[in-house]
Amino acid sequence: MLTILFDGVAYGMLLFVLACGLAVTLGLMNFVNLAHGAFAMAGGYVTAVLMNRYGIPFLLTLPFAFLVPSLTGLVLERTLYKRLYTRSHLDQVLFSIGLVFMAIAAIDYSMGSQQQLIQLPTWLLGRADVLGIQIGRYRSFIIAVCGILVVVLQFILTKTRFGSRLRAAVDDRRVACGLGINVSMIFAVTFAVGSGLAGLGGALGAEILGLDPTFPLKFMIYFLIVATVGGTTSITGPFLASLLLGIADVAGKYYVPSFGAFVIYTLMIVVLVLRPQGLFARAR
Amino acid sequence: MLRRTVLSAVGAAAFTMALGGAAVAQETLKIGLILPMTGPFASNGRQIETAAKLYMQQHGDTVAGKKIELIVKDDASVADVAKRIAQELIVKDKIVVMAGFGNTPLALAPAPLATQAKVPAVVMAAATSSVTDASPFIVRSGFTQPQVNVPMAEWAAQNGIKKVVTLVSDYGPGIDAEKAFSGTFTTKGGQVENLRVPLANPDFSPFLQKVADAKPDALFAFVPSGVGAQFMKQFVERGLDKSGIRLIGPGDVTDDELLNSIGDVAIGTITTMHYSAAHDSPENKLFVEGFKKAANGLRPNFMAVGGYDGMHLIYEGLKKTNGAGGQALLDAMKGMSWVSPRGPVAIDPETRDPIQNVYVRKVERVNGELYNVEFATIPNVKDPTKATKSN
Repeated sequence: MLTILFDGVAYGMLLFVLACGLAVTLGLMNFVNLAHGAFAMAGGYVTAVLMNRYGIPFLLTLPFAFLVPSLTGLVLERTLYKRLYTRSHLDQVLFSIGLVFMAIAAIDYSMGSQQQLIQLPTWLLGRADVLGIQIGRYRSFIIAVCGILVVVLQFILTKTRFGSRLRAAVDDRRVACGLGINVSMIFAVTFAVGSGLAGLGGALGAEILGLDPTFPLKFMIYFLIVATVGGTTSITGPFLASLLLGIADVAGKYYVPSFGAFVIYTLMIVVLVLRPQGLFARAR
Repeated sequence: MLRRTVLSAVGAAAFTMALGGAAVAQETLKIGLILPMTGPFASNGRQIETAAKLYMQQHGDTVAGKKIELIVKDDASVADVAKRIAQELIVKDKIVVMAGFGNTPLALAPAPLATQAKVPAVVMAAATSSVTDASPFIVRSGFTQPQVNVPMAEWAAQNGIKKVVTLVSDYGPGIDAEKAFSGTFTTKGGQVENLRVPLANPDFSPFLQKVADAKPDALFAFVPSGVGAQFMKQFVERGLDKSGIRLIGPGDVTDDELLNSIGDVAIGTITTMHYSAAHDSPENKLFVEGFKKAANGLRPNFMAVGGYDGMHLIYEGLKKTNGAGGQALLDAMKGMSWVSPRGPVAIDPETRDPIQNVYVRKVERVNGELYNVEFATIPNVKDPTKATKSN
């Protein structure tokens, strides 16, 4: 029972790191970025390539899995995304889904379509017995990393000057501009960090979720569920939503395997019927 | 006006040249190879294409005095594309035989065309038993899921395994594997619990936890080969290997192509399959060496051997018919037998499925690499599903 809860939490945490960037762009910047999964995939491939071709240890590849997608994100934001902020949501959807297909084709062409496998260091393998509960070491590692990230993100958003500027820019872009806040710079940085987090999530998840060129499409639906169920106006909303979905998914598959695949979708429908603005967002 | 005259003159000239060219050139026989070269099943396509080309390289490209031309087309792992390509190949390219078919849906979609056009179709990969029922013109050079899973159940029953949990991906071949295994295993007095995992399933942990709590003697697993690696790792991560649950299944889980990258977690896994890259025979040595050279060190798997033998079947069939296709070629392929890299193979004239040895193998480290090492042989296995039907 507790093992199920533990697995659910680990899975939820992973979902959060993967999806929180999307929640930020969608909620804070009001931009529908379906290509979010492509950044996650980029992070995963950075780790896989560095480990398998250059023999770099797993932990050392993680900073690169963050940096490469975030720099890519920054460049794309400055050159492409920026032009679409003021366009309709349909344009944004068409643009970003186009990016997804390009990313899939590019990876397929350069890396091949097979699953990428990584070998974790031995100290992350296996399970440990804590107070009679069997917990996987790698999953504990994920929970620890993601837990730290949540605290840091929440701190930046609520306690720093950058955070208050970001919130101001989102609440009313024109007024924030008038007050001398460099809104376009703030959006660029936010976008880069969101992409970087997705990349980190992709790298951490390669072992559990698998990694192949169809990754962005396979998980797009999960990201969107997290963003819609959690509401997109804060970090805590998507975080709690990810945990809820992770636990519900794992527990559903454990207790009712034949219905397991539908649990999170059912949950999403119920939440959206009862609270269309998202589970944890304030009503507008 | 002048322009039009010139154009039609040029067109007429080109037309005559095309006609003349065809008459002068040696007659060619075209083989249409329909494979998933992109999409989720692309690794099957790549394996089969490499193997088919290797066969042509080793055996020349002339059969019965006619030149063989291989046309490889990508169906992108989508069934209706496979059907459209088959139609184009039959109508426009006038192929004598089509081959390939990376999985069951990709084989079922073009099957009616084979019947209508009387063009034999050699199925090299698709492994659901019912594939050969879809058209009397289908001949299979690969294997069927029940063919390898019934021996697995028999082996398990004879080796002290009493209680098994099966875990299969919820689609055609997975369900085939589950039924074949469970059916045989229960008649031998074993106890089975069935679990089905959605095909697009990111995380196996809840299902594996359920297995851990059920405490069976063995876990029988069938997942598509790409996901197999992930599955194996989570099996070990959860400590199932240490709690005395043995991992058994068809050879898809320990696919030769991926086995090395799955790593040491695979060691000790028992599988039944018709082909292992470690099969000890001169035919296989030649095949593995040639394949590795052609594919940059990539190891051939059971898909590759299906492709290689499929080409053999076509070559030998065409030799018998002196280059004729249609019903004659189909009849020539039925009942043919030969020694393949996997061991002796024959095509059952009634079901058009291969009759072949199934080997029980264990994953071991050999010369620094992981291999499926064969330790027992069940000779001349027919597809069990159809065998029971006809009885």
